[in-house]
Amino acid sequence: MSSLSATIQNIFNEPGCAKNANKSDAERNKGCTKQLQPGAAAGGCAFDGAKIALQPFTDVAHLVHGPIACEGNSWDNRGAASSGASIWRTGFTTDMNETDIVFGGEKRLYKAIKEIINKYNPPAIFVYQTCVPAMIGDDINAVCKAASQKLGKPVIPVNSPGFVGSKNLGNKLAGEALLEHVIGTQEPDYTTPYDINLIGEYNLSGELWQVKPLLDELGIRILSCISGDGKYREVASSHRARAAMMVCSKAMISVARKMQERYGIPFFEGSFYGIQDSSDSLRQIARLLVERGAPSELIERTEAVIAREEAGAWAAIEPYKPRFAGKRALLITGGVKSWSVVAALQEAGLELVGTSVKKSTKQDKERIKELMGQDAHMIEDMTPREIYKMLKDAKADIMLSGGKSQFVALKAAMPWLDINQERCHAYMGYLGMVKLVEEIDKALFNPMWEQLRRPVPWEEVAKNRQTKVMAQMDAQAAEVAADPETTRRAKKVCLCKEVDLGTLEDAIRSHGLTSVEAVRQHTNAFGGCCKRRIEDILAKMPVSSPPAMLQAAE
Amino acid sequence: MAIVTTPKKACAVNPLKMSQPIGGAFAFMGLRGAMPLLHGSQGCTSFGLTLFVRHFKEAVPLQTTAMSEVATVLGGYENVEQAILNIYDRAKPEIIGICSTGVTETNGDDVDGYIKLIREQHPQLVKFPLVFVSTPDFKDAFQDGWGKTVACMVEVLVESPAGGAERDPARVNVLPGCHLTPGDLDELRTILEDFGLKPSFLPDLAGSLDGHIPDEFTPTTIGGIGVDEVAGMGRSSCTIAIGEQMRRAAEAMQAKTGVPFRLFERLCGLIPNDDFIAFLSDISGRPVPAKYRRQRGQLADAMLDAHFHVGGRKLAIGAEPDLLFDLSSMLHEMGAQVTAAVTTTQSPVLERIGTNEVLIGDLEDLEELARTRNCDLLITHSHGRQAAARLKIPFYRAGFPMFDRIGAGHQLSVGYRGTRDVIFDIANLVIADREENHQPTPDSWRTSRQPLKPSRRSFIASTEESIA
Repeated sequence: MSSLSATIQNIFNEPGCAKNANKSDAERNKGCTKQLQPGAAAGGCAFDGAKIALQPFTDVAHLVHGPIACEGNSWDNRGAASSGASIWRTGFTTDMNETDIVFGGEKRLYKAIKEIINKYNPPAIFVYQTCVPAMIGDDINAVCKAASQKLGKPVIPVNSPGFVGSKNLGNKLAGEALLEHVIGTQEPDYTTPYDINLIGEYNLSGELWQVKPLLDELGIRILSCISGDGKYREVASSHRARAAMMVCSKAMISVARKMQERYGIPFFEGSFYGIQDSSDSLRQIARLLVERGAPSELIERTEAVIAREEAGAWAAIEPYKPRFAGKRALLITGGVKSWSVVAALQEAGLELVGTSVKKSTKQDKERIKELMGQDAHMIEDMTPREIYKMLKDAKADIMLSGGKSQFVALKAAMPWLDINQERCHAYMGYLGMVKLVEEIDKALFNPMWEQLRRPVPWEEVAKNRQTKVMAQMDAQAAEVAADPETTRRAKKVCLCKEVDLGTLEDAIRSHGLTSVEAVRQHTNAFGGCCKRRIEDILAKMPVSSPPAMLQAAE
Repeated sequence: MAIVTTPKKACAVNPLKMSQPIGGAFAFMGLRGAMPLLHGSQGCTSFGLTLFVRHFKEAVPLQTTAMSEVATVLGGYENVEQAILNIYDRAKPEIIGICSTGVTETNGDDVDGYIKLIREQHPQLVKFPLVFVSTPDFKDAFQDGWGKTVACMVEVLVESPAGGAERDPARVNVLPGCHLTPGDLDELRTILEDFGLKPSFLPDLAGSLDGHIPDEFTPTTIGGIGVDEVAGMGRSSCTIAIGEQMRRAAEAMQAKTGVPFRLFERLCGLIPNDDFIAFLSDISGRPVPAKYRRQRGQLADAMLDAHFHVGGRKLAIGAEPDLLFDLSSMLHEMGAQVTAAVTTTQSPVLERIGTNEVLIGDLEDLEELARTRNCDLLITHSHGRQAAARLKIPFYRAGFPMFDRIGAGHQLSVGYRGTRDVIFDIANLVIADREENHQPTPDSWRTSRQPLKPSRRSFIASTEESIA
């Protein structure tokens, strides 16, 4: 049994990984996880990754050894589907408390395993290590070994505490646990020349069942699916399969490669997303099985099924093509899925304005270039703010992404579709692609968007009214400001009766007044305090002879 | 009087409890321009984030110090420093709130010390609001994290008023517990304003997680109470704390500013709201607006209409202490029997719950008790959905998280109106369940009991035999 750090080093040297093979020795030693940046990191930890990879095994009890956060905050949150057992959806955790931290949690872990077997009696228990027990030195390998021996049940340690790395690394560590403790430990009841393994398929929203009927029709048996709708006995005896398909996920490549090395099971990387990809994958499965000794007529039967299904799918998508003409989609998703979805969306007539290639390999990028042309807009890393701006500026009509970035689109009042694990629709195979197109159509043409984008009318009305009033006030103010004489004349002289300088001057000038009393009689400036000011004004005014006519009148 | 017990099992099955740090982070989400930061490995943040996003269906700001294995061994100073600088530069927040986790509490990182050093090293941060709360995962639960964090906010952000400074008689502080939704806070705001009071909510989730659409994209919270407003809370005339979990924060406020507080343990139910409205009338010096006289009448009528359906129901309820106390008391007062009560953490209110025993346990315990005691109404958060499906009894979702229904942020339970809505919702679930699952059939009341007169029966039997 190797140490955790040795296992991780080993994983990073995966020769089957194209991305790894292209690296220099120095780069390879660093491993494939980028150093996480505190304060700017997103995504799950290694424990999260391991649990995602293994939890779809439906008849297994998944026990999380750690404080409440690891299971309490995360259980029952994935949309994988089961055809039978439901124990995988039960949350089991040792819920370590302060005392366990001080005295060690191994005893509690052992008791927990025993309780689960007594109460639920599952065919196996997977025990997940987390950060805190790893720090205090709980040896889960030893506890699992002891429990297996004493209790007579497979108890599998999954050693992937969160702080060792990313979700992707956790996927890989989960694969290692299967290789080390599970695969090859049991024998199937019987085998056929048509037995295959699917590796890295999680049956989200039951999408595996969109493809399974086709395999059933061809007589191909899924001996084991790792791990969607999987059962412990199936994966334990999966080493007897004739061929394997690695579905859409680089993370599990070491499982596929090591099964090839140990048990001679050939594998290929394929995808059931998109019409072309589904056909290619079915062809590959048939080819590998025939190479391993299945009757060659399987290939003809496969071609017949492909032809039928393709024709059906094309016919179903055809009506959408004119509706999608000129519509632009932005695709933000991880990994290989990008090119398979790109192909599918193009099949439906959508224009791709950009796709993320953060987790894609060089080959993936080549394929994207092939599909989208040389000037493909490949996004290495886009901040939410940039995505928001892109959508707000209407550079795209719809965004397809994972659940976490959905609000970036929705808050920009742009259509959005979930194509990641939390989604509630199944998009696999020929049926799934038609479903995806239907969903895009529903999202794009929902009449709601127009209502939401419409400016609020009362805000406009209010704004207009306010602008009008403001404009009037501004105009008046400007008029006043433009004429210094007006400002001078507007100065109040009599504060009590509010008589301004202009009025006084006019009165003095027109009546030829000379005394304070006379001014007061004419202007009503009867305050107490303005006598001095009026005297000053009289002093300043040029002594002009009053107009004769007025004089006469007086 | 209830006895509080803890089961002696090693394995928690179907946890009811969520961890303390995310309760703390949740409180920071009620501040404007805030970025909550969990000091731990990135999974701690990622799980919490997913939970909040699924509950509110909103973008949620939450960052991580991304502790690696090596950093955990060597101490997290550099990670905290880098995280604060990165957030400060990129997200341009008004405040960063830091909660520790199990990992960083186990290795004993002294984050208060780190913050002091970081401020010394980086002059731009000298005055920048940073609040740290110690919230180990392996102790306490979600509502404790919330309560501790609000108390810390009060201690760090609220300014002691200068001697002789005038208090604003209309201004009131409100310290809501984490069991209140953004919808509840808006309802309380309306009620307080109707009495001419000017409330400051700390935290104010209604500003940040009520689902409004902001004009601009912002990586921090999109609303909530501003740091400046929090600073001035010492000038209020009084503090209203809602839920026992807020006692610590209310006491901190009183100690720091001298503002007296009144703690309302519950705001769901007729009598608690009578007390609340009377209190508001008292502090504002205004008569109760006609609106609330009408709402009180409507609640009374709702209680009359619903008691036929709620009365006698055997309730199984799993919730954090304050929500458990609030909802179970309200239903107890409507004639329901609190038959199984499970909670997450200790609290002084537990022993006053109207039942014999309150268990600090998990949803397996709740399901088991509900089954053996024949409960016919289940109330807990969304994780109870599996148990509800197996028990086949009506299931009312309450508390956090509520990820399998929409509108969680607007579920109302406070005030006369909120109580009325809760009562209608629960009664309607009971009615729907009766219509769907309990319609009478000719065999509903047939039993396999022996007839009362065995002799007569044997006579008939023997006659029939003889005829045959």
